[in-house]
Amino acid sequence: MTAFTAKVVAARAAAGLSRRTRAGGGTTLPGKLLLRMAPDAIERMTARLAGGSVVISATNGKTTTAKMLAALLEPERRLCRNTAGANLESGVASALLHCHGADLGVFEVDEAALPGVATRLEPRATVLGNLFRDQLDRYGELEAIAARWQRMTAALPAGSLLVRNGDDPLVASLSNPGETLTFGIDHEGAALAEMPHASDSKWCPACGTRLRYERVYLGHLGDWSCPGCGRRRPPLDVWADALDPLGLDGTRFVLRTPLGDADVELPLPGLYNVYNALAATAAACAVGGVDVARMAQGLERFDAAFGRFERLRIGDRDAVLLLAKNPAGANELIRTLATDSRPKQLLVALNDLIADGRDVSWIWDVDFELLAGHVQGVVTAGTRAAEMAMRLKYGGVGGDRLEVAGSIEAGLDRALAGGEGPVYLLGTYTAMLELRAVLARRGVVRPYWEAA
Amino acid sequence: MTDLRVCHLYPEHLNIYADRGNIAVLRARCRWRGIGFAAIACGPGDPLPDADLYYVGGGQDRDQLLIEDDLVGRAANLRAAIDDGAWMLAVCGGYQMLGHYYRGHQGDEMRGTGLVDLVTEAGPTRMIGNISIDCELRPGQPLTVVGFENHAGRTRLGEGVRPLGRVLHGHGNNGRDGGEGAHAGRIVGTYIHGPLLPKNPALADLLIAEALGRRHGTVALEPLDDRLEGMAHDAALAIAAG
Repeated sequence: MTAFTAKVVAARAAAGLSRRTRAGGGTTLPGKLLLRMAPDAIERMTARLAGGSVVISATNGKTTTAKMLAALLEPERRLCRNTAGANLESGVASALLHCHGADLGVFEVDEAALPGVATRLEPRATVLGNLFRDQLDRYGELEAIAARWQRMTAALPAGSLLVRNGDDPLVASLSNPGETLTFGIDHEGAALAEMPHASDSKWCPACGTRLRYERVYLGHLGDWSCPGCGRRRPPLDVWADALDPLGLDGTRFVLRTPLGDADVELPLPGLYNVYNALAATAAACAVGGVDVARMAQGLERFDAAFGRFERLRIGDRDAVLLLAKNPAGANELIRTLATDSRPKQLLVALNDLIADGRDVSWIWDVDFELLAGHVQGVVTAGTRAAEMAMRLKYGGVGGDRLEVAGSIEAGLDRALAGGEGPVYLLGTYTAMLELRAVLARRGVVRPYWEAA
Repeated sequence: MTDLRVCHLYPEHLNIYADRGNIAVLRARCRWRGIGFAAIACGPGDPLPDADLYYVGGGQDRDQLLIEDDLVGRAANLRAAIDDGAWMLAVCGGYQMLGHYYRGHQGDEMRGTGLVDLVTEAGPTRMIGNISIDCELRPGQPLTVVGFENHAGRTRLGEGVRPLGRVLHGHGNNGRDGGEGAHAGRIVGTYIHGPLLPKNPALADLLIAEALGRRHGTVALEPLDDRLEGMAHDAALAIAAG
């Protein structure tokens, strides 16, 4: 046994111990331990992946995109993945520890951690979805992340592909020495009437002029151009057109790729999931070996990732889990919810722990107003339950049916007991973990590290 | 009819910490009392509207640079409006631009309006976290204000400029002298967002009453049901205290 192998064995043992002692899923601790013992562990272990690896980052949708890409590539490819949102260096290292026989890595990576992880992995493809304002207290400003991403993409090896969202001006402006695949939406019917309030990137990343949008699809994503310096959305290599929203059931669209076209009925609602599907499809084109019919099939059979429109049955009620972590993502959830005209109950669980973002001011950038008149009863919970209720009050949501619960579990019970129709359970990251833990205790969902 | 006119300066550029929440609270608290309300947006190049309260929020560095010249060019008009009885509330970046300048970490300098005698220089770290302060905007009416701060700038007040309040928990203007924000005549500046006004309804009402005073004399505001606001305030206060 080499010294390095011994360290790997020790770290793997820590994963088992962490799970048995209920300290968590063992999704980051073993990697942390290993990186402490062998700082170059990621470089050494990734060399064993014959097909190299794909890294995926974005403010919104990286977990779903990674899961979709896996659905397109498996079982033909044997993948090494970090499945549980453990998306820092330690999570990637932990995943690599358990990747016997894998030939390709698919890793979702935190936006801030991406430059470091990418340098270590030397990925064959880097998939960049979008940059939205998210947890400024943790990450700093959007421009700063974009600048760090540009330094990272500029330093990618020549053989490494960049897969980027052409509809996001900040991401579309990134460049690399090698080949680039650009994805986006091209459909007039999917455009919004006007730019939403929470748009984060209205100004040209190159010259600061206000961007002009032929079409806006979501937040600041759309067909943009700059009247100042003439930059515009790059030509799309992979795109969706003829979009047909199917309410909460999903979206139908025509997928266009360099390998051919296909009709897709994506079983996840909302345009953001169309973007995730495009990112995954473009990444699959970059990896190669998958034809377009197989891609369409993979997308159509897709299950939701953790808390992203995950449907559950709790007792005799239908429930849907919705992870809300920043204004752009939450606005899309709210907009999709408002298209469901059935009576419904809503739980909003707002925590302000580090993983949620300690600064909760973002809830005022979410258009909860769209839900006014759309919900029967609303319960709030979490460390900022009262603040959340107050936000809804100013948004005209809930009226006298607005309740503040003392805990997330109590909030869940109040929401389940009220009214009729489906129960939407909206929560920030740690609130969603807590909610899932409660549901797991009640036998409703599996603990997160078991869900693949 | 009694009505409040608020001018929202650069809502497209300076809105990083949900500044529209402050406007939403002013609007709702007026309307709930039958007081008319108008928010008038003022962007670069627009004429400065006549208003009872001028509001300016914070933006990302790039956005602040985009409006720097325009704002600095308005200093005399803003001063005249304030001398005429209007109030001004400036938060985060907007607060820094009340002063003479903001000096970045690399020595780059952004000019301010000089409406208040203060200067800001970036420090090596950002001061981030929940914050609570004690203040007395109206003599004899002490208030606790809670929220969140996130700034690299260290602000120092000139002689004779009072801080808005004393820090209970958090960093405040510069992390050293215990002061937070600035209060000079009818101008209030603060680093506290969250947004500032929803969780601090007493401060919101005080600003509404004072600003109404410009055209409507003394206005007694009817009390509102502030139970949720009070709970949110108290929870934030407890979180700031750790």
